Amino acid sequence: MDLLEYQGKQVFARHGVPVPSGRHAQTVDEAAAAADDIGYPCVIKAQVQIGGRGKAGGIKVARDHAEARDAAEAILGMDIRGLTVHELWVEAASEIASEYYASVVFDRSAKAPLVMLSTKGGMDIEAVAEEDPEAIARLHVDPLVGFQEFHSRRLAFEAAVDADVVRPVGAMLSKLYDVFVAEEATLVEVNPLIVTPEREVRALDAKVTLDDNALFRHPDNAELRDPSREDPQERMAKERGLTYVKLDGNIGILGNGAGLVMSTLDVVAQAGGSPANFLDAGGGSKAEAITSAVEVILSNQNVKAVLFNIFGGITRCDEVARGLIEAFNQINPTVPFVVRLDGTNDVEGRRLLAEAQLPNVFAESTMDGAARRVVELAA
Amino acid sequence: MSILVDNNTKLVVSGITGREGTFHSLRNRDYGTQVVGGVTPGKGGQDVEGVPVFNTFHEAVASTGANTAMIFVPPRFAADSILEAEDAGVALIVAITEGIPAHDELRAFNVIGKNGRSRLIGPNCPGVLSPGKANVGIIPAAFFKEGNVGVVSRSGTLTYQIGNVIAQQGFGNSTIVGIGGDPVPGSDFIDIIALFQDDPETELIVMCGEIGGDAEERAADFIAENVTKPVVAYIAGFTAPPGKTMGHAGAIVSGSRGTAKAKAEALEGKGVRVGRTPTEVAELAASLLAAAA
Repeated sequence: MDLLEYQGKQVFARHGVPVPSGRHAQTVDEAAAAADDIGYPCVIKAQVQIGGRGKAGGIKVARDHAEARDAAEAILGMDIRGLTVHELWVEAASEIASEYYASVVFDRSAKAPLVMLSTKGGMDIEAVAEEDPEAIARLHVDPLVGFQEFHSRRLAFEAAVDADVVRPVGAMLSKLYDVFVAEEATLVEVNPLIVTPEREVRALDAKVTLDDNALFRHPDNAELRDPSREDPQERMAKERGLTYVKLDGNIGILGNGAGLVMSTLDVVAQAGGSPANFLDAGGGSKAEAITSAVEVILSNQNVKAVLFNIFGGITRCDEVARGLIEAFNQINPTVPFVVRLDGTNDVEGRRLLAEAQLPNVFAESTMDGAARRVVELAA
Repeated sequence: MSILVDNNTKLVVSGITGREGTFHSLRNRDYGTQVVGGVTPGKGGQDVEGVPVFNTFHEAVASTGANTAMIFVPPRFAADSILEAEDAGVALIVAITEGIPAHDELRAFNVIGKNGRSRLIGPNCPGVLSPGKANVGIIPAAFFKEGNVGVVSRSGTLTYQIGNVIAQQGFGNSTIVGIGGDPVPGSDFIDIIALFQDDPETELIVMCGEIGGDAEERAADFIAENVTKPVVAYIAGFTAPPGKTMGHAGAIVSGSRGTAKAKAEALEGKGVRVGRTPTEVAELAASLLAAAA
């Protein structure tokens, strides 16, 4: 789960990472009141999970009450690269002497946390990594040992931060590592990490990705929401315990097992079609889960045809057939279905479907054939 | 021969008294696997259809001489169970559980690596099947027969799909290994491909990858340097949009990294044949085997 900037900063504050004081707002009135409280000048920032907010006009400085109102009015409801702004973060403006970059990432290849520090902050760090890799100091941390003070000194000296802030920058790195471990994050990034003219260090931005699998241990984090990212179909699927990702096309897809579903999307695309979703019904799905999944798929109005691609292992094909028949009884779909059932109890599953004589349901015996058929039907 | 599991496997199952744990343990036993015990804290002394249950892995190993553990407990208990099996000295640990927190996996992986006495397969994997010998996990064994194709995969059902097409072409498998779809798998493609390279029964290796991480790219380099047997690969997720997790916790394209295209190109660049559909992979495998025969 990706946190919004203000959510990340609130997490930072809990762990003692210095951040500018700020307040959350959802209306122009709230934003103006927050600005009055914080004092001027202040910064009004759009809360959407996407880069380039500043360039898009989603970050504005306000010097008085009227400017704060104008800024909030302009930013709320703004579309930033496809995301609508519903929330603002109003924070005290900071004076900047230097901009650094700091992060802790979950390095899958090394199977260890990777801590990075650079004096080239405030810009796209991937571009820095490409053009000037020496400018980023990197250090893998043994998770069984943890992040020690010598680690922070090594990084600070290697990155050549200003001598007078080696200590506070190191302390910030330790706290960011605390956030990473304590909140079970897979990414904690600060860009820019600023040094003020008074030589204080602060996190001016916050990018935090939390591990969804660990949210059961962090009930407060599990409550955090990003309304700009919430898709109604994805929310409906989540509530029903289905793994669903909405896509741009018009062919609804249901399969069992993430790899097989991904492969099904690819095979449909190769046949000239365009999938409307990824839906993994999971292992051992019972009929009710299948019925529920059909509802989620059809709640997307773009869907012109649906492909079921099942290779039963734990999942039994007869249960899948029963679920589809029940879905027809309950919601009477108008779009055609192509069904490929193989694996555990496939003969029984196919027999059930044939007997039910569902209108507009076509059986196919191979994955490739089923993909071609559904593409024809959706055309 | 085969790799990882065979007639000498003595399996102890953590979570054997749960519904799924019982079902699959007994299925593994029906297949011919020696299921020598189970572990459920507080239920020591009971049995599951004749399989003795112990309170701890240490007791189970001491009483049965178990050399393989299967982890079937819910995510919040799974890393603890893996570490317990490791502490009890079990050589092979197969973790089926899906949804283990990433930091838990990181700790388990690093402990196992540091101590160097156990090998972990998974988590979030379907297990390991050596047809005709032993099945440890949830792979539906009926679709596979003995043979000379080694399969290693990040996905379960995709493996069944590809394995089934290979079987229809008349070929069987030495061993099928699901390494799982999580960001920190206990064993990677490289670990398993190295075992297949040394296994006399395996004549061809099929690897099924997917988007996310760089395990396929690293495997490509390893194959070029160390593997003399033919390798055929498949990568799922060509149409996956960036930034969206496609079902498996590890299957996510971040920025330009981890795309299916980059992986397929890395493999092809090192001489590995890459099939664009599961059917094409099976056909490539069959034609290479027929040519070698």
